[in-house]
Amino acid sequence: MAECHPVGFQWVMEAKARGATVIHVDPRFTRTSALADLHVPLRAGTDIVFLGGIINYVLENEAYFDEYVRTFTNAAAIVSEQFADAEDLDGVFSGLDREHHIYDVRTWQYEGSEVQAAADQRDQQWDERAQRAAVQRAARVESHGSGGAGVREPRKDETLQHPRCVFQILKRHYARYTPGMVERICGVPRKTFLRVCELLVRNSGRERTTAFAYAVGWTQHTVGVQYIRTAAILQSLLGNIGRPGGGILALRGHASIQGSTDIPTLFSLLPGYLPMPHAYTNLDLETFLAAESVHKGHWGDMRSYLVSLLKAWWGPAARPDNGFCFDYLPRLTGSHSTYETVQEQLAGTCEGYFLFGENPAVGSANARAQRMGMANLKWLVVRDFSLIESATWWKDGPEIETGELRTADNGTEVFFLPAAAHTEKDGSFTNTQRLLQWHHQAVEPRGDARSDLWFTYHLGRRIRAKLAGAAGERDRPMLDLTWDYPTHGPHAEPDAEAVLAEINGWNADGEPLSGYGQLKPDGSTACGCWIYCGVRAGGVNQAARRTPGREQNWVASQWAWAWPLNRRILYNRASADAGGRPWSERKAYVWWDGDAGKWTGYDVPDFKATTPPDFVPEEGSTGPDALGGTDAFVMQADGKAWLYAPAGVTDGPLPTHYEPQESPFENLLYGQQRNPVRQVLYNAYSPYQPSGSAGGADVFPYVATTYRLTEHHTAGGMSRWQPYLAELQPEMFCEVSPELAAERGLEHLGWATVVTARAAIEARVLVTERIPPLTVQGRTLHQVGLPYHWGPNGISTGDAANELASLALDPNVHIQEDKALACDIRPGRRPRGPARLELVRAYRRRAGITDETGTEV
Amino acid sequence: MSIVTDPAGETGYADHPPRMGFFTDTTVCIGCKACEVACKEWNAIPEDGLALTGMSYDNTVGLGASTWRHVAFIEQRRTIGVHDDADVLAMAEQATPGDGDGFRWLMASDVCKHCTHAACLDVCPTGALFRTEFGTVVVQEDICNGCGYCIPACPYGVIDQRKDDGRAWKCTMCYDRLGEGMEPACAKACPTDSIQFGRLDELRERAQHRVTQLHDSGIADARLYGADPGDGVGGDGAFFLLLDEPEVYGFPPDPVVTTKDLPAMWRHVATAAGALAACAAAAFLGALKGR
Repeated sequence: MAECHPVGFQWVMEAKARGATVIHVDPRFTRTSALADLHVPLRAGTDIVFLGGIINYVLENEAYFDEYVRTFTNAAAIVSEQFADAEDLDGVFSGLDREHHIYDVRTWQYEGSEVQAAADQRDQQWDERAQRAAVQRAARVESHGSGGAGVREPRKDETLQHPRCVFQILKRHYARYTPGMVERICGVPRKTFLRVCELLVRNSGRERTTAFAYAVGWTQHTVGVQYIRTAAILQSLLGNIGRPGGGILALRGHASIQGSTDIPTLFSLLPGYLPMPHAYTNLDLETFLAAESVHKGHWGDMRSYLVSLLKAWWGPAARPDNGFCFDYLPRLTGSHSTYETVQEQLAGTCEGYFLFGENPAVGSANARAQRMGMANLKWLVVRDFSLIESATWWKDGPEIETGELRTADNGTEVFFLPAAAHTEKDGSFTNTQRLLQWHHQAVEPRGDARSDLWFTYHLGRRIRAKLAGAAGERDRPMLDLTWDYPTHGPHAEPDAEAVLAEINGWNADGEPLSGYGQLKPDGSTACGCWIYCGVRAGGVNQAARRTPGREQNWVASQWAWAWPLNRRILYNRASADAGGRPWSERKAYVWWDGDAGKWTGYDVPDFKATTPPDFVPEEGSTGPDALGGTDAFVMQADGKAWLYAPAGVTDGPLPTHYEPQESPFENLLYGQQRNPVRQVLYNAYSPYQPSGSAGGADVFPYVATTYRLTEHHTAGGMSRWQPYLAELQPEMFCEVSPELAAERGLEHLGWATVVTARAAIEARVLVTERIPPLTVQGRTLHQVGLPYHWGPNGISTGDAANELASLALDPNVHIQEDKALACDIRPGRRPRGPARLELVRAYRRRAGITDETGTEV
Repeated sequence: MSIVTDPAGETGYADHPPRMGFFTDTTVCIGCKACEVACKEWNAIPEDGLALTGMSYDNTVGLGASTWRHVAFIEQRRTIGVHDDADVLAMAEQATPGDGDGFRWLMASDVCKHCTHAACLDVCPTGALFRTEFGTVVVQEDICNGCGYCIPACPYGVIDQRKDDGRAWKCTMCYDRLGEGMEPACAKACPTDSIQFGRLDELRERAQHRVTQLHDSGIADARLYGADPGDGVGGDGAFFLLLDEPEVYGFPPDPVVTTKDLPAMWRHVATAAGALAACAAAAFLGALKGR
């Protein structure tokens, strides 16, 4: 966190100054470890064992927050008889479709609430299983925010004794995650592990809370989503959600990556985590809502959110008789993630590509496949500050050197458009705690540089001008768009606050709305993103508020604006007990004021203000009205924190350890080596390595992990061209232990070549004790640290670590696994020209790699 | 050397603001180098080298004409048995490899010390170096003639010449910002308040409190560097809280203002000259007598 989020780390330091214990779990001793009370190095790719081990410790020692667990989690829910756990099936769950690499998730449901497929809505021509595979690969787990898909009210055993209740399943599932297993798999000594367990348990409960913070490296695994799920289970058991000082904090790479999922640049989502409709299951507005709405909780009002969105986009053209233009929305036919887009480029079906501040030739896994995909496009638009590698691969990329590409033969038309920086435009950042902070333009952008807003607005305006008068049905979505933002200044810059006003939404009279509770299902309100509704309450830009901390209470609600409804901690009803009393005076946050008959506290209560703690909803009520007085997890379909996820996760209801796609070790816990439903994309540039005890796996005996440095920003577009940053970390390097250096003859400041089945890259060597060897399964494991900022362009240069990564992805969110890569390392620089390819081919031959290697379930 | 508490007043400022300084608490430094970048940005200092040094994450190496803040990175495995009262056997038992045991990574942001007795200023023949009303020491780029006397005079090796223009450069404690009531760029940019800017007397008090706090929490190594007005430079305007000996961070253990002995030297010179003159006179007179 200190490495990648130094500004946010000030709060960790502040907490430390007030007595907090800081534990850092990371293969490397980083700048974070330097300030932590305890650094725990572990083998990259084994976090589920580590966290699962803590879950086991907490359950075995009955160290969970019993009252919290009983009140706010689904511990008592009884799971379907059809469910079979990884315990029973040697590492896989019931419902595995080995042919299509997916799970039929229906057996994971609560008993009596199995969601039956709505067969009558299906296109009967479509093979049911293939269809389910396509829908599932589209992986809409991020839809509904954290709430997951719908479930019905489960049958419960409040004594938590029923063998099929969540609590008992959880206990059985994690029983094998013992301290001994943690030691053998993660390489974390038992004593150190138990110390972490003790510290966590001691610092959780009524009087104390513990927060988990992770940088997005946690997500970059074939089981990435399950890493976060494991942390969520643990935090729910310890009673650390919805309470001050608790939670799981995702520290994300870019300033507004949170914003880019709220108002998404993701293929599978509409604004506010509404699911993107699917071609085969969501034919019209009614079938969409019937399939995707959740009968209880705030997702029960999905119609209001969606209709208001459609009204914001298509205004008067969106009417009740045309389903509010629902048909204008594009439809998914499967997964269209970044990596599948590359596959389509290589196949020739994706012909054009926009890159806005993204440098896949350096920053995306298997950088060579990224470039070869771009080389197969008709046109490419790059908007960035500098001539990044993604804009120049056609003239000076690595494939020009190896002879795989020739500039004269390449047909891709590349447009480079300089982009304005955040200081050169108005707009907002949404940070990791869902805080929208407005930034004001300080200077005009130089030369031809323009803001993304300028580019997008004027591109749309010009396309609409070209389409004007067109009679085609397919042109209506463009022509009917509300595309009338006021502009100002010498470059006709659109007014960013006008966009914010549309996002906030208005009523039939055009007055700004103050919260999503005001949204209507009848088309009388418009709102560009329901969770952001209220950011411009009263016509005031709430995100631009900067009241100093000393002038308000410690929750600081007057600084900027947090979605939803300026609420700083989600699910904060859980900060009070079943009766609505704070768990402790020390941790009081939101509580029930019996005299006033409402919830009150330091923050905006995340609960219907007048619903008393003992409220029992009437039979048959729906939406928010169906939430009982202790259903604190108001976005969840059953109002509970999920220790077990009966729906919404594609690769299992309980996090389970699998080895990374490519690992020097066998899975000690189960017969199943890898995540059986991980996505394994295949193309000519992305062969896979043998894993575990398979023949040839020993050709790649080390584990590489990629990361960022404080001095540079992601793929380098914002830092490698800056002299003041470039001089601080002037070139690509790798970090190895003195032991590995001795084993492989690597010299400090000399050169090393790192090899996987995809590529060979070179890096200067830093020999350091900060990346210690570990003892795993009785033998020594060396790990190799690879910062991933570099490419051949700019002032500070080097090979890109992402050349090494494969296209093995998490099946839920399609994120690449580049935090745990089996590799080899050898002294000296890599070969030049075609010899570079030959070196990699030789490795592939030695490891016996074929097209099928690594693609098995 | 007498203890000087008000160098600005001694210099002749009649009605001047309190002495301002830096307290760099290295125990909370996260090595982000924001101070280095903010300093270069604000003062428009050129980039000065794109070499990978292999000195941990320190590619800046040291203070110089074009580096006015420098973050040192020290990877350190503490030797068992350095403390007399340590239970060596217990420590050895705890020292499981890969346990993070005994290993630490010290980070510290160095800067010009703005000495109470500043030799650079003493030796400057042009008056380019001067004591400001805030008690800091600043070199004026439009007056410096590049004679370079100040460079060997500095006991810390801070001030340096730029090869291309010959002039001497160093931290000004953002004199131009101070005048506007703003804090220096490095302190402003520091995310963890490792670099604290303020009235020197208050900073010294705060630092002493922090050391006591650290000692109470078992960090016996914590100590201040440059906070003592009785030291060889009369105390620094920029002082530090360290976790190890000063040498570990590249600081001289016992800096002494290099012009400290000048008065005595001149006295000796004068005595010697007098004696020489007396001898010469005696010889002359003797010679006269001998005639």
